Amino acid sequence: MSFLEIQDVTHSYFSKQSKTTALIDVSLSIQEGEFISFLGPSGCGKTTLLSIISGLIEPTIGHVLLENEKVTGTNKKTGYMLQQDYLFPWKTIEENIFIGLKLTKQLNEKTKQNTITLLEKMGLKNVSKQFPSQLSGGMRQRVALVRTLATNPKLLLLDEPFSALDFQTKLKLEDLVFSTLKQFQKTAILVTHDIGEAIAMSDRIYLFTNRPGTVHRVFHVPDELRREIPFHARSHEQYSDIFQEIWKELEELEQTNDD
Amino acid sequence: MSKQTMIEQLHRDYKRSLTRNKRWVHFFQIIIFLTFFVLWEIASRFHWIDPLIFSSPSKVWELLKENILDGSIFPHIWTTVFETILGFIIGTVAGTILAAILWWSPFLSKILDPYLVVLNAMPKVAIGPILIVALGPTMTSIVVMGAIISVIITTIVVYTSFRDVDQNYLKVLQTFGATRWQCFKEAILPSSFPTIVSTLKVNVGLSWVGVVVGEFLVSKQGLGYLIIYGFQVFNFTLVMQSLFIIVIFATIMYKLVEYIEKKIVKNG
Ligand SMILES: Nc1ncnc2c1ncn2[C@@H]1O[C@H](COP(=O)(O)OP(=O)(O)O)[C@@H](O)[C@H]1O
Ligand SMILES: [Mg+2]
Repeated sequence: MSFLEIQDVTHSYFSKQSKTTALIDVSLSIQEGEFISFLGPSGCGKTTLLSIISGLIEPTIGHVLLENEKVTGTNKKTGYMLQQDYLFPWKTIEENIFIGLKLTKQLNEKTKQNTITLLEKMGLKNVSKQFPSQLSGGMRQRVALVRTLATNPKLLLLDEPFSALDFQTKLKLEDLVFSTLKQFQKTAILVTHDIGEAIAMSDRIYLFTNRPGTVHRVFHVPDELRREIPFHARSHEQYSDIFQEIWKELEELEQTNDD
Repeated sequence: MSKQTMIEQLHRDYKRSLTRNKRWVHFFQIIIFLTFFVLWEIASRFHWIDPLIFSSPSKVWELLKENILDGSIFPHIWTTVFETILGFIIGTVAGTILAAILWWSPFLSKILDPYLVVLNAMPKVAIGPILIVALGPTMTSIVVMGAIISVIITTIVVYTSFRDVDQNYLKVLQTFGATRWQCFKEAILPSSFPTIVSTLKVNVGLSWVGVVVGEFLVSKQGLGYLIIYGFQVFNFTLVMQSLFIIVIFATIMYKLVEYIEKKIVKNG
């Protein structure tokens, strides 16, 4: 069995006036230690799928298995970083990154120290006592990542973590996140609508169709690219080949949609 | 002249014009204040208004001085101030607790919704007599009056703020397995704190209304009592004096809450 199994997941949002089917028949499996990207047009259900994997919402049909256990609610194995940083503005950076440890009653000197060390590794020294509003977008995103990693989850879900950043910051953060996750041997799922980012960071790319979203195609990133850190991967000779391939596929998807 | 010194010069001019403007504002504020009291005094002296009903600043001042010197006014002031502070604190705390209960149970909040609308629309002072019959003609009734007048509106305002907290903050907490109580403590309450403090400001004013009306109805002490007593014995200097004291203390209390609000919200 794989580390993570998504089996025939379909999800609809119900309201009085309407029902919106966000996902239909999604099945995939991920091995431990893999870095996976979900790529697709906006509104195709990527965030919905991450929420289902994290246990925040229950799929209408189907289920998710994490280490052979059915996911029935949020759990300690999974860390989920939402589409925006959602740092608590009334808490200091320190209080923000400790919140997971506090809620799970693991807050002690050792875990505190580990978390602070991680924050420093992310290039954030002397910000512990500051408030989120005093930090730039890139710094906040790093704090949010530290907050997610603090409880030491095995599986990390990242929802468009770089989409609100300027290009330079984004490239730097890609490298930082990539090497941090590799170092701790995390399994990660990255949601993005940036083809380049997906190629540079991941081992495998799942391309989703328009809503209701389902897996349209799977792209395996060549080994040569996977080994490189994202910045170098972007300038690798094989990069543009796979970029073109995915680009074409996306174009076709849009065409079928226009008909 | 270099650009740098030019900019400095312009900035000085700008600051000077700001202070000048501020001085004029103060000037007219004082003019209005003086005109009001002078006109009142003159009108009363020359019998343009009935001095028996409208009294005059000099008479009010004399009475106030007398009451301060013999100390007889202080028990009245402290009684009313105490009742008001208690009233608005109880009103705000009870309103916030009710809001928390409504947030806790969306089902209950749906059930209670029409009752809240009705209770909010009802003029609270109208139940004063019923309160007094139920609780007795005591200070308790007056404090309850001061509280009840603000509790429903506080509930509604604070509950709305609880509900409007960005759900994604809750999601963040839920990914760490937070319970509903933890969500409340870590996200809902702190993010609604500014709203709660701002209701304090409104509630101070409301509690004065409740307490003064309560004192009209039962008390033997307090500024509201002095007003109704002065009215009954046709001593309008006493009425005016009490009114004057109420204005002073209500303003002090409002400013105090405003100050606390600034402190808290800045740190938050
Ligand atoms: N809470 C919700 N209630 C109703 N519809 C929703 C809700 N969340 C998302 N949707 C709808 O589901 C679809 C997929 O949304 P989402 O998963 O956020 O897509 P993506 O992250 O790929 O942009 C969208 O059409 C969106 O409008
Ligand atoms: Mg999304």
